[in-house]
Amino acid sequence: MSFIQAHLLSLILFIPAVSALVVLMIPRDNETGQRWVSLAASLIPLALAIGLWFGYDPTQPGYQFVEEAPWYTTIHANFHLGADGITAVLVLLTTLLVPLAIVVSWNEERNLRTHLALLLLLETGMLGVFLSLDLLLFFIFWEVGLVPIYFLIDHWGGEHRQRAAFKFLIYTMGGSLGLLLAIQLIGVVSGTFDLVNISQNWSTLTRPLALFGLPIAVPIATVKSIAFWAFVIAFAIKIPIWPFHTWLPDAYTEAPTAGSMLLAGVMAKLGAYGFLRLVLPLYPQEAHRYAWILALLATLSIIFGALSAWGQGDLKRLVAYSSVNHMGWVVLGIAAAAYARGTLSAPDAVWAMNGAVLQMFNHGVSTAGMFLLVGVIYQRTKTRKLEDLGGLFPLMPIYGGLFIFTAMAWVGLPGLNGFVSEFLVVRGVWPIFTLFTAVSMVGLLITGAYVLKGIRGVLHGPLNPEWSGKALEIGRREVLAMSPLLGLMLAVGVWPSWILNVINQTVLRLLG
Amino acid sequence: MAFPVLSVIVFTPIVVGVVLFFVPADRQRVIRLLALMAATVTLLLSVWAYLNYNVAQAGYQFVTQIPWVPALGISYHVGVDGLSMPLVLLTGVVMFTGVLISWRVDDRPREFFAFMFILATGVFGVFVSLDLFQLFFFYEIAVFPMFLLIAVWGWKQTREYAAMKLTLYLFIGSVIALVGGLVMVYSSGLNTFDLLELQKAGFSSAFQHFWFPFVFFGFAILGGIFPLHNWSPDGHVAAPTAVSMFHAGVLMKLGAFAALRVGIMLLPEGAHFWSWLILVLGTINVVYGAFIAMVQTDFKYIIGFSSVSHMGLVMLGFATLNEQGLTGAGLQMFSHGIMTALFFAVVGTVYDRAHTRQLGELGGMARVLPLSMVGFVIGSLVSMGMPGFSGFIAEFPIFMGLWQRAPWAAIVAAVGIVITAAYLMIAVRKVFFGAMPERFKGHISPLILQDKIALVLLSGLMVLIGVFPSVMAPMVQSGADAVLRLVGGA
Repeated sequence: MSFIQAHLLSLILFIPAVSALVVLMIPRDNETGQRWVSLAASLIPLALAIGLWFGYDPTQPGYQFVEEAPWYTTIHANFHLGADGITAVLVLLTTLLVPLAIVVSWNEERNLRTHLALLLLLETGMLGVFLSLDLLLFFIFWEVGLVPIYFLIDHWGGEHRQRAAFKFLIYTMGGSLGLLLAIQLIGVVSGTFDLVNISQNWSTLTRPLALFGLPIAVPIATVKSIAFWAFVIAFAIKIPIWPFHTWLPDAYTEAPTAGSMLLAGVMAKLGAYGFLRLVLPLYPQEAHRYAWILALLATLSIIFGALSAWGQGDLKRLVAYSSVNHMGWVVLGIAAAAYARGTLSAPDAVWAMNGAVLQMFNHGVSTAGMFLLVGVIYQRTKTRKLEDLGGLFPLMPIYGGLFIFTAMAWVGLPGLNGFVSEFLVVRGVWPIFTLFTAVSMVGLLITGAYVLKGIRGVLHGPLNPEWSGKALEIGRREVLAMSPLLGLMLAVGVWPSWILNVINQTVLRLLG
Repeated sequence: MAFPVLSVIVFTPIVVGVVLFFVPADRQRVIRLLALMAATVTLLLSVWAYLNYNVAQAGYQFVTQIPWVPALGISYHVGVDGLSMPLVLLTGVVMFTGVLISWRVDDRPREFFAFMFILATGVFGVFVSLDLFQLFFFYEIAVFPMFLLIAVWGWKQTREYAAMKLTLYLFIGSVIALVGGLVMVYSSGLNTFDLLELQKAGFSSAFQHFWFPFVFFGFAILGGIFPLHNWSPDGHVAAPTAVSMFHAGVLMKLGAFAALRVGIMLLPEGAHFWSWLILVLGTINVVYGAFIAMVQTDFKYIIGFSSVSHMGLVMLGFATLNEQGLTGAGLQMFSHGIMTALFFAVVGTVYDRAHTRQLGELGGMARVLPLSMVGFVIGSLVSMGMPGFSGFIAEFPIFMGLWQRAPWAAIVAAVGIVITAAYLMIAVRKVFFGAMPERFKGHISPLILQDKIALVLLSGLMVLIGVFPSVMAPMVQSGADAVLRLVGGA
């Protein structure tokens, strides 16, 4: 037990990667073995993450379950893991979604073994970002996650998968290039990559970046602003915020169902997490100064994301664009917190930040559920066009019920999870950015419009005669995969304090 | 007297190469097994030396010195430091995998392996030389068999042209470097060719400023420095697989290494004076090489130009003249060597079976050659500096060094990384995925065991270093520190 306790985070982090290798060793024909081994392997990190959830003590300051070991000593980078409240929430989300993604891919026909292994590798990449307390390690996992998702889209995706995968890869690599350069700069001026260390010394750092052979030196303020913008752009692309979102509709739509679930459910959170973990603590002044830009872009994401979703005739594209809309709320909350911390409206910043973190979790749960449901209908009808669907409620009543339930969580019906987090964000941001909030509220209306459009397009209206008499009802396996998501939507909606307690303590410390 | 492990490593290949000539030409199996045995012995000795190199003690180790031409101050003097030890290991690995990948060469294998082994001796010799004369001696030994290997066993369409071009470039480069070297020896007044003695010669600033470009750029031609790089893609493409592996994997390091050992270490003030030029040219190498690679339609030319791009990073690392940059350059030499050997091995496995390297004519190879695909993907990830692989471990310190020296170079060179990702992903897709052309169906034979061992060994090494950088980085760092003591820290 003590071994598990001492290495809890490493175990959560590396069990998926190791099991990916194990899955690859299973003979190609033994598909049953591949399925069960990968499912079992993905349940272990989930169990450990639940252990982390209960073992984590929100009242204690600082990071918990910390592990540290020397890694790349030449440049002073260490293997340094740790968890706080936000990490605990996101690790729980990730480890929950991966087993569901595996269940969804159960009957994948094209090269199942590699598909499952890539999902597990992706899990390690994503978890690593959440758990790293070393900048270099953070970057490593940030990049490592790109490889499996690229291949997942490129091979198992829809008709235009190759274009989508390539666009996604180049776009995100372009963003991470700035991130890489910024991390190098920080390493050069501060002499370490350790986040805890950097956070403590960063504000007092005065040594300018000396350029050999040149009489001038770059002042530390310039270095900091360069790094700030590099971080902001990389994270903005990853979330993505308008106008950096153009890779998203292609990638989310073309990815296989499991890939879309993880892309939207978890990978979008990596960017927001970067804002919380790196931008706010390291650049309080810059973040305060430029917060209005971020808030403006978030508002535009909310409005344009909703309008674009409303205009789609393809169900999966509609869901994809809705992510731009929903993640806009996360960014709006973060922007308000960045602006207001340390000022008179600091209590509002705490509301907004709590809302943003909870919205990350909620969006992960509901969007993953939505993509799962889209996958179900696509698998049976081979179409995602709203005009070809319609009137399916009588044919698939259970599916219809699940679809409406998830859609309601999505739109923010009180009693379900979306309402809680969006309410918190609006409550927190209103006194800080009143105009932006007011405009964003219009976005909520449009959200209602596109969600209803989705429901009507799939379930109501005249039935396309092509489907009459066909057995389209959702299967038991898919209901099983949906059930934890539905449970969470309800649990967060009815009794949010179980999760908000953990988030709130960390947010309070983060905002001082 | 301790076991002279370096001398055994240097001379085993050439001795076996000569022995090979006495084996009847039709006993191909014997020839191959003998070659494999020699390569195995050399590899094991390199590994042994690598593991027994004492990083804490640093400095030159496994040193042997025997007077050779005492009147001129020439001696046989070998030893390795933290920078050359990994390169000796690299050569051992490339030689071993090169023999495996050439298993199916059936055009005069005896002569093929013999020349390849003579080449290997030359390469090993340069890496361990601590005497300037001896260094030139081995350098020329390495260049000569290259000509024959390309001209005789190369790709029929361009082999004469490429072999001639390559040889002329390299001879011209080495002549320029030789002039500089001889001037150094005679004006030092020490009457010695010993590199360690010459390091203490204390040449005047004017002397260093004038002669540094001769020595550095003379050798750097073999390292593929812009604008004198264009022998290299032609040479890589025309050469048979194992020779391409040697050529890009090891020979280009030879140029870069000699430029460091003779140019920067003997003329440190010259290095400081000219570092801006190396920075400019290295940056052009990185970006220009990547762009040219992007427009290639021949699979092998893509890899050829990617080598030009990557060697630019080595040059940039040298030009930083600080600890991180030099450590990164040392690691990049090893990492690029292994990576490019893997690339050419993969290209070879595809070309041997499909008999074309045009991207437009290939496709769907992953189904029949899955391990080639895996190897190529891993190579690509290393090449684009993906964390978790050796390329990242090497490039990261180079960039950190550049930030302190020339931030503009760091920013411009970083563009090369994105372009690299683009062209390699395109190549992966066109060659290995998509639909397989009808004419290949059923005609592509699977990899043989020897191919598989080579691919797995090369890929595994890059992952090993990527995940556990401490197996190599401290050693290279100790070598970089030694260089810094000569050139004076940043």
